[in-house]
Amino acid sequence: MPELSAFGNDPFWLVCIKTLGVFVILVVLVLFTIWAERRVVARMQMRIGPNRTGPFGLLQSLMDGVKLALKEEIIPTTVHKAVYWIAPALSATTAFAAFAVIPFGPEVSMFGVVTPLQLTDFPQSVLYVLAVASIGIYGIVLAGWSSGSTYPLLGGLRSSAQMISYEISMSLSFVAVFLYAGSMSTSQITSAQQNLWYAVLLAPSFVIYVTSMVGETNRAPFDLPEAESELVGGFHTEYSSLKFAMFFLAEYINMVTVSAVATTLFLGGWLAPWPISLIPGANEGWWPMLWWLGKVMCFIFLYIWLRGTLPRFRYDQFMAFGWKVLIPVSLVWIVLVSIVRVVRDEYELDLDGIVVGGSVLVVAMLVLIASIWVRGSRVIDEKEPLPESISDLDDGAFPVPPMPGQTFEYTPRVRKPVPATAGGSSDKPVEAGDDSKDAEVSDG
Amino acid sequence: MNVYIPLLTLAGLGMLFALFSVSVTSLTGPKRYNRAKVDAYECGIEPTPQAVGGGRFPVKYYLTAMMFIIFDLEIVFLYPWAVASDQLGLFGLAAIMLFLFNLTVPFVYEWRRGGLEWD
Repeated sequence: MPELSAFGNDPFWLVCIKTLGVFVILVVLVLFTIWAERRVVARMQMRIGPNRTGPFGLLQSLMDGVKLALKEEIIPTTVHKAVYWIAPALSATTAFAAFAVIPFGPEVSMFGVVTPLQLTDFPQSVLYVLAVASIGIYGIVLAGWSSGSTYPLLGGLRSSAQMISYEISMSLSFVAVFLYAGSMSTSQITSAQQNLWYAVLLAPSFVIYVTSMVGETNRAPFDLPEAESELVGGFHTEYSSLKFAMFFLAEYINMVTVSAVATTLFLGGWLAPWPISLIPGANEGWWPMLWWLGKVMCFIFLYIWLRGTLPRFRYDQFMAFGWKVLIPVSLVWIVLVSIVRVVRDEYELDLDGIVVGGSVLVVAMLVLIASIWVRGSRVIDEKEPLPESISDLDDGAFPVPPMPGQTFEYTPRVRKPVPATAGGSSDKPVEAGDDSKDAEVSDG
Repeated sequence: MNVYIPLLTLAGLGMLFALFSVSVTSLTGPKRYNRAKVDAYECGIEPTPQAVGGGRFPVKYYLTAMMFIIFDLEIVFLYPWAVASDQLGLFGLAAIMLFLFNLTVPFVYEWRRGGLEWD
């Protein structure tokens, strides 16, 4: 188990080699993930998927990258030039940078120098991942804003609102981990899980994290910023060739990064899973990288599985789920965990007075919150009543679905026969202008 | 070697790669001018003119951003407490519970006043 003091001792040439190694691992993982996603989703949809380029189509994503590089770059006249150029580079840079603190394994001997299989680590490294992930949101907002087009702007706004909302529940799910590990450094959190993974010990945190990591990376079923049926491509609608590829790359790197963070914080990082961990030497040398990779692959498969299975959320449902379910549940869970933990630790103290006083305080807080709840409901429940029925279909208005509580007045459809001079060639009587529109809509 | 320098090397390598990729396509790709291509994309219809600076968008996004700042600050205070909670003991627990309560009251208030509704 590397201590924190093991970091920061590498000579500069070794830092460069490790940097290059992390970079290559990331790029290869991304290329593999894109390929795996296409193949697995294809299997789930009873198709074969890409199988022509290289063995099993493994080179497909690389060839797609080459193709994108040879594509014409279309820059619309409406864009803000400088920001339009910076946005994809910012997205990709921050996506790469977040991987610096992910541990791959214990200390190994690399070119004669004993060094941890991790680029670097320091007491606040998880905070660094969160900070860099937040900067990545700028890339998306700026891309949407600088495109000077409607769909990218809406997509960028949605994306940023979504990412910041789910970042809160994501960060809150870390609190219980820090509480138990007593550290924010990734290597120390990994070491603290030698006996029991936090996914088991802190299962609610794990579930909250896994849910919000899908929202944080804009993936199905939370891929609203890229909802094709609503927003075309979302924030990257106006991007083409390699600039688009940078956003694509950043999305997949972020998937790998959040999977790696989940592995590190909840699944024991590079520690061998249970039956393998009984073998002596399973947690030494280069083997742990394999366990790490396996766990990350599990998360990536989960992503693909979700995409192949679940339909997309509606935006209001999605935001309500983040703010009204994930965040309150995480807050309550943190309160529970911390109370249990601190009371257990301090059990030797004279508890009577504290427990009585504490429970009185907690009850008073809950009563106050409940009273705000009840008062609030009085305000919003007094909405203006809706009209009970709609009967403006005859006025040429576009027919809309009824609001909750509204009913349609049934009007039998009127078919006007067309004057004989207009449509001679057709067999059936053709419907005239207004009616044909109504008929189409009601038939569909 | 400082522990923060590897952060810079990886970010620097990523940035080099990104900047290279972003700028190389203007050299490798073909260039065929077509007026319709350089218009903003809008499903094939004439694009709606956009106001400078993005135009108007729902105020709800601002509200969400403000809520985010409040909660992010909450998290910034929760993390150091979580790491040091073993040393802080009951005093730290009571303090952080009071703090969480103070932030939960406006959260519940906003929730019930409809601040979290999207329509």
